[in-house]
Formats: sequence, structure tokens, C-alpha cells
Amino acid sequence: MIEREVTIRNRAGLHTRPAATLVKLAAKFKSDFIINKDGFEINGKSIIGVMTLAAEQGSTLLLRFNGPDEQEAAAAIQELFDKAFDEPV
Amino acid sequence: MSAAEHERKKEETVFRGIAASPGIAVGPVFLFQKHVPVINEKTVDPEGIDSEILRLGSAVDRSRRELSKIYDFAKQKLGEHQAKIFEAQVMILEDSVLFDSIDSRIRNERKNVEFIVHDEIEKYRKVMVAASDEYTRERALDVEDVRNRILRNLQEEKLISKLEGSPVIVSQSLAAADALILSRNTILAYVTEVGGVTSHSALLARALKIPAVVGLRHLTAGVHNGERIAVDGYSGVVVVNPTAATLDEILRKQARYKEFEEKLAGLRDLPAETPDGRRVELTANVELPEELEFIKIQGADGIGLYRSESLLLGGEVFPSEEEQYAEYRIFADTMYPKRVVIRTFDIGGDKFMGSQTTRENNPFLGWRGIRVMLDRPELFLEQVRAILRASERKNISMMFPMISNIKELRKARQLVEDAKGQLRARGQAYDDKIRIGIMVEVPAAAVIVEDLAKEVDFVSIGTNDLIQYLLAVDRGNDVVSALYQEFHPAVVRFLRRIIERSKECDIPVAMCGEMAGDPLATILLLGLGLDEFSVVPAALPEIKKIIRSVKYRDAKKIAKKALSLVTEDELKKYLTGVMKEFGLYEGMGE
Repeated sequence: MIEREVTIRNRAGLHTRPAATLVKLAAKFKSDFIINKDGFEINGKSIIGVMTLAAEQGSTLLLRFNGPDEQEAAAAIQELFDKAFDEPV
Repeated sequence: MSAAEHERKKEETVFRGIAASPGIAVGPVFLFQKHVPVINEKTVDPEGIDSEILRLGSAVDRSRRELSKIYDFAKQKLGEHQAKIFEAQVMILEDSVLFDSIDSRIRNERKNVEFIVHDEIEKYRKVMVAASDEYTRERALDVEDVRNRILRNLQEEKLISKLEGSPVIVSQSLAAADALILSRNTILAYVTEVGGVTSHSALLARALKIPAVVGLRHLTAGVHNGERIAVDGYSGVVVVNPTAATLDEILRKQARYKEFEEKLAGLRDLPAETPDGRRVELTANVELPEELEFIKIQGADGIGLYRSESLLLGGEVFPSEEEQYAEYRIFADTMYPKRVVIRTFDIGGDKFMGSQTTRENNPFLGWRGIRVMLDRPELFLEQVRAILRASERKNISMMFPMISNIKELRKARQLVEDAKGQLRARGQAYDDKIRIGIMVEVPAAAVIVEDLAKEVDFVSIGTNDLIQYLLAVDRGNDVVSALYQEFHPAVVRFLRRIIERSKECDIPVAMCGEMAGDPLATILLLGLGLDEFSVVPAALPEIKKIIRSVKYRDAKKIAKKALSLVTEDELKKYLTGVMKEFGLYEGMGE
């Protein structure tokens, strides 16, 4: 299992479009992907779950990956957060 | 009784809501009923489970086909980017985590599929409705729409998409997908009881250029199908069964705006962008909410300066936090998603109220602007809290006037942090990343702008005061007012300094003084690299026209040449010549 802490960098926060991008990327991996925000956990492969997060700019999320390709999944998803979903910061 | 007689007997009723999409329309009401499914909890026999799951599968398929059509239609009408709002809804229908848990609940709990679908999606919807940010709360409507779509398809009911004639859609609430589907008919306007300016249906109405008013409480109980309704998407006023006099007034306003819009010849929807692609912000200076309608039809990028001290006019006492909040909220809501820069009270000097002060020999060099507010932190905190609360939708920025040193800026910022803490303690929402800027109007601030720029998100040049202080001229004193020169070489060189040093710190530079709205200065300011022109509303079209006529490349050369001239007369003569060359001199106010 791998854990990563990430920060929402884009100004608009984890709104519909980045949420869709995130879920689509997560679906490419076999590993389970859990997002924890302030103790509230959702399945990162579920768009309806991600939509409930209300993660604004500056919020910190704890990502948990578990499975055969957890390394690759963690790297790819971390990168997505690092580049702020290609949105204005 | 004929329809006309029937209508005459109806009383006029006025509703006030939030203007969500500009425009004026008059037409017959069509009451659009959102499909609210009735859910009965039933127990299913073990042998019926598989057919429940199959029923779910085909309802989800049908829903997906409907939404895909809507998504395609949205792409056609709104373009790829805007249409994305429907992508999430399509994805929910493909959310295997969600449907796996629905499937297993049907099997384990042996309940009918309607009940489980409703219950399972409701869990997510409830979390979203309780969110502290408005964006997430509005998305709950999208989730609800997907849920209702599945439930409607489970009950094998048809989607309403065809309407008779050209109605005004009146609804309790309107999902974006419904708003879009209905727009295949000729819709005059949308009006709803709930929903804010951030709702997807409001966004859609703006994209489709259909007038819309939202937040009209108790509206649906007060209207009937076919009744005449007038919708003013500029002011947010909706009139049911308007009298002949009201109707006349509304139609005159509609004609007036139409004429004005034609005069702008499509300029309104075009960006303030030079032919070679330099995009600047063109915003408006305002004092009163009444001006907002006009600004909206003028196509401003936002409000570059809201002079909050206009709230104090005529009042002996400072407005309370609640009163201020109500006012700021009008600005935030009406302009959304465009941004509004609220300048904290700039009082003192020529604007000081009544008896609060002893006479100063040099009020312009005295107790004014941020100096007053820092000496009265309780008043300042009250205002900052009101501004912060109005910033919930993230389209508000805050600006401090009369900053002359770093210490004042830091102290003001500390008070903003204190105000945020107070709001957190109360559990009230605000934009934690609210952009904070300063006016550069004291020459000292211009000299240290590279230091100030590191601690703010933007600067805005207040030319009126800056020029007075720089040239030591009181423009209100007839004896010396001729020495007040916007195009004094010292002013132009000082402006270059402010703009260049600020941009080196990667922050945008705005100008909200009169010079920003002077057509003779536009090309020069553009060439100096100004990022935002905040002007009196009436000047918006003319300034936009100039910006759209001159290449940035040429403007830079013109600014360079202007910087080499040594008298105001030479500068003005040169710039006038440039304007003539570009065919822009016609109709100038000189």
C-alpha cells in the first residue's frame, strides 16, 4: 500500500472537470484508490464520490493506493495533482 | 369569457429574484414540472431479484442514451468546453463503484430497485447539499437530475421535450439537462424558484443567450399556464400579468437596450483584445448597484473598482456588517462569474463624513483612506468581514486605498486574517484565497512598488490622486488646475515604472483612475503594458474599440516614442496624430 499527501493547487478546486479527469485516470489502473479528506473517505474511482469532496484550492487530500500497479497509479495521479490539472493556479 | 377578458381580471404581481442571464422577454407561462418520482419501498422475492437488476440495467441504458444526446446537443450549441458539465452526469451513469453497491444492496436487502437507487444516490446528494461551498451544493442538483432520470426511466415515463409556441419556462428548479433539452424549442426566458447564479442552468442560459431570473421564491404558486409574464434578466424583476402601463415600460426598456446593443455593433461580446492577440481586462468603476445593469449590457469583464464609501453617502452612521454584506452580495451575485474589486472605505480628504473629524489644514495629506481604517480597526474589521462573506463565490477581490508604506499593508492584511478567524469561529463561508490588492496613488507607493508587489495579488493605479500628489497640484483649485496634466512626461514615466516593476513580480497592473477611460491615453497605456483598464461605464465601448484597433506591437512602439517626448503638449499632439492615423479620432470628446 502507498500513501501520498497532495494539495489542490488550481484556483477553481476539484470541480467537475478535474474530477472527471481524475476518475478517468484512476480507472486505467487495477489498484484500489481511496481519497481521504479530513477523515472523510471516498473511492477515487467513483465520480459521484469525488464530487462530494468539495475540495477547494489549498485543501490537502490523503491518497491511498493498494494493488498490483500501485506504484504506477500513485505516480500518475500525483503528477495530475502536481500540474494542478492543467488549470490556472 | 375570452382569454383576453380573463387576463384583464388578473392582478399584476411583481417578484424580485436574482438576475442570472441578461435580456428582457414577455410571453406566456409554461409551468415546467420537474419529474419528482414517488418511491415506495417494496420487498422483492428472491426469484424476482434478477429481473430487478435487469430493469435497472435497461433504465440506466436509456438514461445514458438520453444524456449522450444532450451532451452532443450541448457540444453543438455551446462548444466542447461548456458541454463538459454534462460529462460528469454521463460518468455517474457509468460509475461502477456506485452501481456495484446498488446491485449488491438489491441482492442483500431484497428491496425494489427504485428504493435502492433513490436511497444510495441520496447518500451522496445529502453530503453535497451540506457542503460549505456553493459550488458543491449546486452540483447536488446535477446528481439529483441523474437520479430522477434513472427513476423516470425505471417507471418508463417519457421525457418532455416538445413545447407549443414560444413560452417562458417557469419552474421550481431546473436541471441543466432540462434547460438544454427545452432550448430545442423557442424559449423566451427561464425563471426558477431556486438555484443561484452558479447553477449549471444559469450558466447554460447565459451561454444560450436566453434571459433568466432565479431565486424567485413562491413564484410557481402564483402563476398559471398561459398567463402573461415579463422577465427582466438585467434587474431580476419578474412581473406576472403586467398592467398595460407596466408592459409598456418593460417593452420600452427592451427597445432601449436593443437600440444600444445595435449601436455597439456586436462589440459587447468581443474581448478587449488587440488584433495581434494581447488580451487586456476592460472593467468598470461603480458606486451604486443601479449601475450594474448598464455595465452588464456594456460587456465589461467585471468591476475594477467598487467605491464602497458610496454606502456612506447621506448616512451619519456606518452601515452594519449585515447591511454592508447585503450590498456587496448584490454586486457579487449580479456580476458572477465576473469579478468585482471592492475598495475598502476611502474616506477622509474631500469625502469625509459630517462631524467626525476636526478640521485639517491639508485634508489630502491628512487622515484618509487606509489611515482612517487602521486607526478604527473595529470599523475596518466589520467591513472586511462583510466583504469576505460576499466572497463565497470567489469572484470578489479586496483593495486598500492610500497605502504609502509596507507597514500599513501588513497591518491591513493582518486584520483581514483576524476577520477570517472571526468568520471561521462563526462557521461562515468565505473565499480563503481572496485576492488582495492596493491602490498605487501615493508617489511613495509607486517608488517602492517592487516591494509592495511581493505582498499583494494585484495593484491598481489611481491616477487622479497620483497625478495631484506627483505634480503638487490641487485640481480643484482654479488658480493651478491647468498644471494638472495627465500627459506630463513625469506622469508617463512614473506609470512606466509602476507597470514594469509590478510585472517583474508577476502581478497584474490595473488602472482605475480617470486616465484609464481617456481615449487619448488608451494606446499609450496599452503600449506600457497595462493589464486592466477600469473605466466609467459609459466609456467601455469606446475604449474597447480602440484596444481592438491597434496592434500591441505598434502600441509598444508608440509608448516608447511617447516616453521620449519632453512636454505635455508634444505628447498630446503626438497621441492625437496617432489616433487620426488609426482612424480613431472621429467622435472623440476633445
